[in-house]
Amino acid sequence: MILEKSEISLIGAAVAIALASLVVPNWLVFTATLAISTALVVMGVVMLMRAGLVSFGQGLFYCLGGYAVGLGGRYLGITDALLLIVLGVAVTVGVAMILGLLVTRYREIFFAMLSLAFSMILYGLLVKSHGLGSTDGFGVVDWTILGFSPGSGESSSRTALLLALGLALGIALFLNRYFRSSLGLACEAIRENEVRVEYMGVSRKQVLYINYVIAAAVGSIGGSMTALAAGHVDPTMAYWTISGEFVFIAILGGTGHVAAPFIAALIFTLVRTYAIELAPNAWQMILGIVLLLIILFLPKGIWSLFTRKKGVAS
Amino acid sequence: MLTVWAILIDGFIYASWLFLVAAGLTVIYGVMRILNMAHGSLYALGAYAAASALGWYYSGGGENLVMAFAIIAASAILIGALTGLAIERGILRLMYGRDEILMLLITFAVLLILEDVMKLIWGTTPYFAYQPYAALGRINIDVLTVSRYDLLVLVVSVVIGVGLWFWLERTKIGKILRSIIHDREVSEAMGVNVRRMFTITFMIGATLGALAGGITAPIISVVPGLGIEVIVLAFAVVVTGGLGSITGAAVGAVIVGLARATSIHTMPELELFIIYAVMAGVLIFRPHGLFGQVIARKI
Repeated sequence: MILEKSEISLIGAAVAIALASLVVPNWLVFTATLAISTALVVMGVVMLMRAGLVSFGQGLFYCLGGYAVGLGGRYLGITDALLLIVLGVAVTVGVAMILGLLVTRYREIFFAMLSLAFSMILYGLLVKSHGLGSTDGFGVVDWTILGFSPGSGESSSRTALLLALGLALGIALFLNRYFRSSLGLACEAIRENEVRVEYMGVSRKQVLYINYVIAAAVGSIGGSMTALAAGHVDPTMAYWTISGEFVFIAILGGTGHVAAPFIAALIFTLVRTYAIELAPNAWQMILGIVLLLIILFLPKGIWSLFTRKKGVAS
Repeated sequence: MLTVWAILIDGFIYASWLFLVAAGLTVIYGVMRILNMAHGSLYALGAYAAASALGWYYSGGGENLVMAFAIIAASAILIGALTGLAIERGILRLMYGRDEILMLLITFAVLLILEDVMKLIWGTTPYFAYQPYAALGRINIDVLTVSRYDLLVLVVSVVIGVGLWFWLERTKIGKILRSIIHDREVSEAMGVNVRRMFTITFMIGATLGALAGGITAPIISVVPGLGIEVIVLAFAVVVTGGLGSITGAAVGAVIVGLARATSIHTMPELELFIIYAVMAGVLIFRPHGLFGQVIARKI
């Protein structure tokens, strides 16, 4: 397999972040881990956006991934991080395969609202389940990876970052190819005009369904990684404002490149860290104003800044 | 049998509140094709305005109940109409003609901004304006005790529903609005000033949202995040009934209200679940809601 230029850049960026994690302070390592995990969920939103669908309920899969890690450790006694993530993906794919049959029949605001409703159903169930700590959630077990314990404190957060980085790199490389595969291109064609896609002999239902399930699985991995890094899960993971944040980051980055959600998520997480300290009551206002400005002036997201500089039409 | 009565009374009271909250949302969508996420913030704004106006009235020694209701209505209508005008003229006007889904994101941005504007104006400590609720007292229906204020909400809701119906079906401006709903371009060609109608519609929808908040203020504690909780409920109601239909909003409110009351009296742990389950259930069989119009997709 010959690596392309953008794939080499992705691998290079991952190696650079891994090396940088050895020298930067611990809080930055933790922030980067959260940003990468968030970016994975956003990647799912972006995948749907490429097909013309905006999901206000991607938090559903984020939450499923997180709770699979929490519950798997608590009730099944699984402590291996990779196994827990696989458990999350299995549960999420199962749920997405059922929901996908339904939601892929809808477009525009109906898709947005129906996906929102499903994530709120999960939220409602979790809030009422007192055995799982209701709105407080519960802690995640001390995890191991391939038999090694990541230790505690700094070495633990560094291990979490490396794990997130490895997973993200794999997913980014896969999606980079997926976006240009016949399936990925069919998604974009559906966004432009789905009836014509049918005329060409492509089943839009099948394309959207597969795309939806993959997006869900990617979101679940993001949720699992967040749970492992933060060591805690709670029902707000499925609340619709969290899904709204994912949509915000997706629009911030744009759908132009697989790296866009990662850059956008990093900016988002860093700005939030400072904004919540400096102006806790103005954070959402900043988000809202930035969202309006992007929609008005940068409809293809901040990624279009990079492509414009090189003179390449995006 | 007692449970059935309790479910019916609670269900209809809750349904009337849901209708109040959802009416403005469905009016705006029907005419403008904008699903206004900021509707919840207008609800919260109305609640804050009414709560602080009532607080000012009662701390000044006011005791007249009718005056209190006038204050609720005036403060909520004022803030709703002004904010509605500001949003429509300041932001939405620049965005007309874009995708419905993009308009959804724009109103989401407005919601985020308004949430913090409210925190900056009113702070994060809760506001209480329970006096009108307490002053009206309770009545007994058989062995069940019902608050008079809740019954008043039911009456107000019916009045607003009938008023809206009359406005849309029996007045000239309503006829013009229906022509826009039916075909925007042809109405424009016939000389309808669609832009001005949009401004009027958005102001009325916003005012309805604020009024719902003002009426609810005496029942609840007014806290930040109020609007964010309410908006998803309103969505569930209008999507169940069919977006853009007043009748749909009323029927959706009754279905969701009764379903929630049934759940509270029989299986309280499913309260939140049942609302969205009803919505999902309706959408599975009627993708555009019970009274929604099916729009042909372009080829």
